[in-house]
Parts: sequence; C-alpha cells; structure tokens
Amino acid sequence: MLSVKSLNTEYAAANGQVVKAAQDVSFEVPDGELFTLLGPSGCGKTTTLRSIAGLERPKSGAIEVSGQVVYSSEQRVFVAPNRRNFGMVFQSYAIWPHMNVFKNVAFPLEVRKARPSRKEIEQRVMRVLAAVQLAELADRDATKLSGGQQQRLALARALVMEPRLLLLDEPLSNLDAKLREAMRFELKRMQRDFGLTTVYVTHDQSEALALSHEIGVMNDGRIVQIGSPRDIYERPRNKFVADFVGSTNFIDGTVISAAAGNGRCRVATPVGELTVQCVDNLAKGSPIVVSVRPEDVELSEAELARGDDDNVCRGIVEAKVFLGDYLDFQVKVGESVLLARVHPSLRTPTGDPINVRMRAEKCVAIAEVAAPRAAA
Amino acid sequence: MAVGVTPSHAALAGAVPSRRIEWTWAPIALAVAVVAWLALVPLAFMLWQSVLSPQTATSAARFTLDNYRTAYASHDTARLFLTSLEFALGSAALAFSCGALLAWINERTDTPFKTLFFALALVPLIIPGILFTVSWIFLGSPKIGLINLALQHAFDTDTVFINVYSIPGMIWVDGLHYSPVAFLLMTAAFRSMDPALEESAMMSGATLPQIMWRITIRLASPATAAALLILFVRALESFEVPALLGLPVGIEVYTSAIYDAIHSYPSEIGLASAYGVALLIITSLCVFITTRISSLSGRYSTVTGKGFRPRVMTIGRWRYVTAVVFLIYVLLVVVLPFLVLLWSSLQRFYSVPSLAALKNLTFEPYRRVLAYPEIGTAIWNSVLLSLASATLIMIATSILCWIVVRTKLPGRWFVDHLASLPLVFPGLVLGLSIMVCYLTLPIGVYGTIWIMLIAYVTRFLPYGMRYNTASLLQVHKELEESAAMSGASLRTTFGRIVLPLLKPGLIAGWIYIVIVSIRELASSILLYSPGTEVVSVMIWELWQNGQYVELSALGVMMILVLFCFVMLAQLVGRRFGVADA
Repeated sequence: MLSVKSLNTEYAAANGQVVKAAQDVSFEVPDGELFTLLGPSGCGKTTTLRSIAGLERPKSGAIEVSGQVVYSSEQRVFVAPNRRNFGMVFQSYAIWPHMNVFKNVAFPLEVRKARPSRKEIEQRVMRVLAAVQLAELADRDATKLSGGQQQRLALARALVMEPRLLLLDEPLSNLDAKLREAMRFELKRMQRDFGLTTVYVTHDQSEALALSHEIGVMNDGRIVQIGSPRDIYERPRNKFVADFVGSTNFIDGTVISAAAGNGRCRVATPVGELTVQCVDNLAKGSPIVVSVRPEDVELSEAELARGDDDNVCRGIVEAKVFLGDYLDFQVKVGESVLLARVHPSLRTPTGDPINVRMRAEKCVAIAEVAAPRAAA
Repeated sequence: MAVGVTPSHAALAGAVPSRRIEWTWAPIALAVAVVAWLALVPLAFMLWQSVLSPQTATSAARFTLDNYRTAYASHDTARLFLTSLEFALGSAALAFSCGALLAWINERTDTPFKTLFFALALVPLIIPGILFTVSWIFLGSPKIGLINLALQHAFDTDTVFINVYSIPGMIWVDGLHYSPVAFLLMTAAFRSMDPALEESAMMSGATLPQIMWRITIRLASPATAAALLILFVRALESFEVPALLGLPVGIEVYTSAIYDAIHSYPSEIGLASAYGVALLIITSLCVFITTRISSLSGRYSTVTGKGFRPRVMTIGRWRYVTAVVFLIYVLLVVVLPFLVLLWSSLQRFYSVPSLAALKNLTFEPYRRVLAYPEIGTAIWNSVLLSLASATLIMIATSILCWIVVRTKLPGRWFVDHLASLPLVFPGLVLGLSIMVCYLTLPIGVYGTIWIMLIAYVTRFLPYGMRYNTASLLQVHKELEESAAMSGASLRTTFGRIVLPLLKPGLIAGWIYIVIVSIRELASSILLYSPGTEVVSVMIWELWQNGQYVELSALGVMMILVLFCFVMLAQLVGRRFGVADA
C-alpha cells in the first residue's frame, strides 16, 4: 500500500517566483484500491502525483510503498523514478512515435537490469496487449492509433512492468465524451481485475465519483477533504467541496439551536428556519452556509407530506430549463432563488406558486469560515 | 566546470540515480567546459591583443591605446563607420525587399510553378559568396562585364551602365546573394500565421487591403524587425563582397579594414583587433535587440503546432506578373551567375562570349585545375572539416540543448547564452581572435588543420543549438518521463528516446552545417597555412593570381557537387522521415 505523509513540493515558476504546488499532503491507499486526487487545474494534484512518481523532488515529507521508503526528507532518501517500478499513464499518453505498438510495450522490459529473454518479453507483451485488446495491432505504427487505442497502449505499457503502483494522470481527458464513458468502465474493470493499487488524478468529478474507492479533493495545494465518493458528495465538509463536486444551492444562515444527539440543528435562513445536518459541532450563533443539492430540492404542486425533520416552504417558479432526462427549475423562496432538479413530468408554468421540500439529512451545514484543513 | 548537483536543489527532470550523480553528469560538465573555452577564450585574447603595439624583430609588444586611437579617433573613423553602415543597411534592405516579396508571392498567391521557383530561389544558399561575387564581376564590371558589353553593343555607345565596383554595386551583389535568407525567414513568418486571424477579420467585414494593413502586417511586424536586424548583422560581417569589389577601388568597411590591417607589413594585429572590437559591439547590440524583439513578441506567437491550412489568394491575371517576377529573380541569382562561370570555365583564356570564342571551347581549365598539386589536399581538407564540424556540433549541441530545455540545473541559461555567443562574431573577427589565441598559447594547434576545426565548430555552434532547441521543444517532456517510469536510466532514455526523436532536426542541422562549412572563407582566410588550404581559400588564391578560367572550372565543379549533395541529403532525409530538411 501507498502512504504519503505531509508532502510539500514547490517549484520555481518562469518569473522566479516559488510556487507552493503541494502543501502538507497526506493520504493512504490500501492494497488494490483506487484513490483519486480531484481538484481544479492548478490545485497541485498533478504535482502530487509527479512527486509520488519521483519526477518531481518534494521539499519535505515521506512517501512509502508497501513498507519501502521511496522518499523521505528526514532519512534523506530519494529513489530515482526509474528504480521505483511504478507504472504511469501520462495525460498526453507519451506514446513514442518512433516505435511500433509492440516496441512501445516491450521497452520497460528491455531496459530492465535483469532483462528477460526475448521469448519471455514477447509472451508478456502479447499477454498485456491482449488484455487491452490491442494484440492484433502489435505491428502497427504507434502514431497510427486512434485516441482510445493510444490510451490503452499507454495503459499496457504501464501494466507490462507489473508495477507496485499505478499512477494515472488525467488519462481520459483527451478522449471524446462517448469514448470517455466507455473507457471509464474499462479502466475500472481492469484496475479491479489486476488488483492494482492506483492513484488517479482528474478534474472531472463524475470520473472521480465513478471510479474511486476513495477521493481526496484538493484546492490550492492542500487536500481539503478525503472520503468515499458518497461521503464527498453527500457530506461535503466545506464550501469548496460542495461547490466543486456536483452543483449545489448555498443558503446563508445562523445557528439558532446547537446540534442535538442526532446531529441536527436549527438554522435561521432567508428561506425560513431550517433543520439541517451538522457534521461539526456548531455553536449557537455561528454563521454557516447550508448546502442542498438540486436533486434534493423536491417540488410539487400538491401539498407535500411533512416528516419530523423535513423543511417545507412555498415558492414561485421563476424559470425552467428542459434538459432531456430532467428539468431544472429556478424557484424563488423569499428573496433567495433555489435550483431544483426534477422529473420532466412536472409541468408547472412559470410564475405559478409551488411547494418545496428539503429533507434535513440532505441539508448540510458548513461552517462559514471554511479555513482549509486537512480532513484526514 | 563543476555542475553543482547537490540533493537540495536537484529537482532534475528525468532519471537521476541519486548516488551516481557525479558520473552521470560528467559528460555534461565536460560539454559546458568545452563551450566556455570555445566561446570565451578567443574573445579574451582579442581584447588583450587590441591594447598591444605591433611586435617586430627589434621591439617587443607593449601596452598601448594607440590602436584604439587609430581605429576610433582618426579622421577616417567616421568614414569607415558610415561606409559600413551604408553598405550594411543597403544590403539588408535589398535582401529583405526581394525576400519578403517572394515569400508573400509564394505563400499567399496562386502563382503557377511556385514549388519549382521555391526550390530554385534557395539555390544561392549553396553558392559560396566568393563565387557569386566573382560571377557578378564577370557580369557587371565596367570593362569586361557582359551586361555592359551587351547593352553597349545594343545601343552602340560606350557608356558604363552598371559598375559593381561601387557602393551600389556592392549592395546589389551582397543583397541579392542573401535574399534567400530573407525569403526563408519571411516564409516562416507567413506560414506560422493562423489563417483564422485573417478570416475572422474578414468575417468582421474588413476588406482585403484592410486585412493586409491592420492584421497581416501587424502580425508579421516582429518577424520583419528580426529579419531586418539579422540581415543587417550579416551584411556587416560580409567579407567576400567588400574584399573583391570594395578594396580595389578604395571603399573600406570594417571587415576589409581588418583584413587590410593584418596583411600590411608589419602585421597590425592590434589595430585589426581594435576594429574587431568595434564590429563586435555593433553586432552584439543588434543580436541583443533581435532577442528582445522575439521574446517581447511572444504574444504575437501564433504557432500552435497544428498545421494551418495554407490560405492562398486567387489573383487572376496578376499571377503572370508574379511569375515573371520570380523568373527575373531566378535569372539574376541563379541562371546568369552560373552560366557566366560555366562559360569562362570552358575557355583557355578569359574572353567575353562571342561566336569566335565559341570555337575555342575546351575542358583545358578543368584539366589544369585538377592537376594542381594542392587541389587534392584542399578538397580533402574541406570535406574532412565540414563533416567533422557538422558531426561534432550536432552531437554536442543535442546534449547542451537537453540541459537547457529539460533540466532545472541552476545556470542553464548561461550555457544557452554561451553557446549562442559566437553568433555575434563576424567570421573574420572570429578567425582573428582564434589566430591570436593559438599563436600565443603554445599547444601546437596553430598552423594545423585543428585550428580550422576549432574555428568552424565555434562559428557554427549556434546553428546546432537552434536546430536542436527547435526540435527538442517539439518533443513532449512526457515522452522522456514515461521512459524513466518504465525503468530506463538517463543514458538509455537519451539514446533510445531523445536522440531518435531529434533525428529529423539533427539531420537537417547537419546538412546545413556541412554546407556553410564548405562555403566558409572569412575565418579560413586568416587561419590556413600551406597544407591546410580549403577549397574556398583556393578559389580566393586563384582570384588573386588572376587565374579566372581555372577558378571558374573549380567553382562550377564545387556548385555541382554541393547541389548533388543537397539533393542526395534530401532523398536520404525523406527516407528517414525528415519532413523539412
């Protein structure tokens, strides 16, 4: 398994300024699991991945793989990338254009200290090529492959060395939408089949949610939350995570009664008093924001049943957008506008009143002063 | 030079086994040291020499500022400066106008046969300057110039129509010879322009002249400024034209003044060095401005790596006019100069073309020139020097460029500047400083072929840097990193990934350096000694001895061989997948 401990990496930008790309990054990936670093461009996720690879030399911290220290500032250890035996798929795929498909995959075996026999190389290459369904293209020029084939070739090259760790740097970002979805399943199947411990970097939240055992959301060089996909989506710990992963409604408010035993508290907001879910222990009077996903804002023309902790109010339909498999409604409640994602069967005309329900467990309270903190 | 790689700042790209750092980086340290030696030491020696008085049998050299007094404070100073300026400006302007016009015609119009014209317009690049100058003497001298004779015959007068032995004549010959350089520079500028920029102007409702004036010209302006400066520096460095056309009638520019000073008795190396310093200051300034322009014009950069669809305008009947322009140009820079050399190479004694002379056609000059005892040595030396310098430069610069582009080693920019420094050395000045350097250092290089090799490698090092940098920038960094992740060592990565990917640029640069090395005269003329002559020096000597027909024969053979070499190289290059040699 992989363990990264308070990793700091910085580099000098072109203008000489020092960019702190990764700050105090820590996480662990158990054997055979896929861990995703998710964040907007420039958040330091690729730098973190490259630090694990050894392509970037961190300033401080420690990186350990199955008990072997590959980097540690304290022990002054830095194992060169070519000695780490990690497989890596680059964003550009980095397929060597002067070699054919077979030679690209054979390269990692050929440059080994203990170079396998020619026959063994051929067997292993062909086995991996078969796994990624490129066996019949072995003699093809690597540059004559389609985007999806190049992506699989890059994966084959990383797999052939039987790596201790697989590193994937936005491997799907160069594919078109349809192919990306297909490859997402493919990638997930292969990762699970081979049982490879994997670190995956992406800025695409749906990719992260679909593939990962666990996600680390990064912002400004720091990990702001680590959790399972469901955790990250349903219980964001701060505004950034709520906003970046999926779309959400933010409602400003103030705590009027602190959390009871069930983790619920009462909050005064412009849309009325709400019962919301508190993760942290929030004191009375502290300013917060409430995050509600659009699909958790239920709309109905008829009166809505009100459970114990359900928040119910009335609003006016301001605008709506038809998106095929669902409808987006903008509903004005008081002075605030809420976004609701509903089934296309709802046909309330614009300007009409409508009933709104938000279940307490779907309303997440986030402390307003969201100082970035590692949530590990 | 110790490349300080300590663990604290070694965020090196690529695979660096931490414990073996010293050995892995040894060749790199060596390369840096060699470049520093090549670029800096001769310069220091020239500066030192410029403050010494001439050494004679009776008096030793001593410290003096007399050289600078003569070079900068005599009444000739202003004249020399202004003549140089006039010649260089004129030549640059002429070369640029021809080149830019042709580039525009070639890139943006539907002129017929333009591919053929394109190839022909580049032929002057392989004709050595001395041959081009000599052929224009045959064409434009007031007494024997064919153009004068033809016009005088036609109009029945004895007016001299053109005279190459004058400033305008010098500008004409030098400007024409270097117009292909402007042609190439501007072609690149037009090609790198994204047609979408012009098309969006058109969609905004602009007319063709408006697009030309407000978009095309503005976008090309950094390239134009850079091209003009490069041509200006080149003209300042020009040696053949000022020496053959200017010196006989007393027109002196810096290069010919340097040559004169060295060849006076006693040899005034100090004075020549002082002139050299002046020339060096001017060229450095221009090169500095050029670099500034290109770095400032980063925002103009429209090169995205995507191949742009060439945008060609249909110009209707005007395309015959543009075709004629091309035709006249090719006539002036290729056909006439070559024909006149061919004619005189087939004569026993030089005579103007006539029916009577036609009967005397003979291969005698070829037989005579091939019978010279030095000819074999000269050809051997030329071939050896050009192949050796091209190979050495391309290998060395591939490593240097890799350091500059890929590593984060502190001070790598210094390597880049150091290796580009020879760009500001005019050939003659470089020859002078190397001569001074190895005359003083007792390491037995002076008077051997090694000193010429040192000169060639130094002089053409920047070209190797340019070719390799350009191709290395196109090689995605991840291609090397994935090799490192595959377990390849630094050396394996360089040998099996970097070099094969650089191959097209390596071959193209190699061909270019072979050609410019064979043409080289300005440095060689100061460094050769009996037994180390090269072909271009031999042509120079034949001219000095008045052996015009032998010179022509040698020249014709040289041009043909170079032409075949380029064709062959293109062919081989294409087989190895070189797109643009």
